[in-house]
Amino acid sequence: MSEVPVSWFLTLSAVLFALGVAGFLFRRNIITVFMSIELMLNAVNLTFVTFSYQLKQVSGHLFTFFVMVVAAAEAAVGLAIILTVFKNRATLNIDEMNSMKD
Amino acid sequence: MDVVLFLIFAIIAVVCAINVVVQTHPISSAISLIGVMGSLAVLYLLLGAEFVAAAQVIVYAGAVMVLFVFVIMLLNAGRETVRGRSFMVQLLGVPLLIAFLGLLAWIAGQFYKPGTGVHFGGFTGGSPIAIGRALFTTYLLPFEITSILVLIAIVGAVVLGRKEMD
Repeated sequence: MSEVPVSWFLTLSAVLFALGVAGFLFRRNIITVFMSIELMLNAVNLTFVTFSYQLKQVSGHLFTFFVMVVAAAEAAVGLAIILTVFKNRATLNIDEMNSMKD
Repeated sequence: MDVVLFLIFAIIAVVCAINVVVQTHPISSAISLIGVMGSLAVLYLLLGAEFVAAAQVIVYAGAVMVLFVFVIMLLNAGRETVRGRSFMVQLLGVPLLIAFLGLLAWIAGQFYKPGTGVHFGGFTGGSPIAIGRALFTTYLLPFEITSILVLIAIVGAVVLGRKEMD
């Protein structure tokens, strides 16, 4: 029994994804919310690579690669938006960024 | 040996992920997130994904997190002030989250079949040669579209970061 069951990897991925959801919902700092999204993307990447191992195919690795590229682009644009919001509002609290609500 | 390695780095990843959520200072969350990404890179190596592990360290733990830390330092982001949460959130938040996690873990358990365990060297198709061959034959169109996406992201970031916003 030196083999790790595939379900352990998937369970680890589920734990990381749930923690990412928790951070996304419970935190009020916009940068931490953004980092929780990155955590969720990492959990999904682990699932892709695990299934790629189980099915002995390379496609999962390529999807992980594309997710990484999209995450890098998202981080660049998202952090630029955060900078602009901070310049206009001087706050990082998402409770105070509600001008589209009313 | 594989089980020991998995357990060590899985525990590091989960502890760092909990730290990301519970820390009130953004810089502590960012450092913990780097820990999660590093331990996930080791797990990728265990799964035979050498290219993805290297890209994880370079792109995620390197480039993206440097960007995050840079923005946190630039904005001088301080400790988060917690105000009163609504009663429903305090009552239902954690139980609903645990139910969601249980559902995900149950679905993961459905994939368990004896004899399909992960051991180091069980899958050797994740080398840069195999990735490159698949990327430039089967997945050529998505790859080119991705380059356009990155160009759009660069232009968008430059436009958003200009001095005056009208």
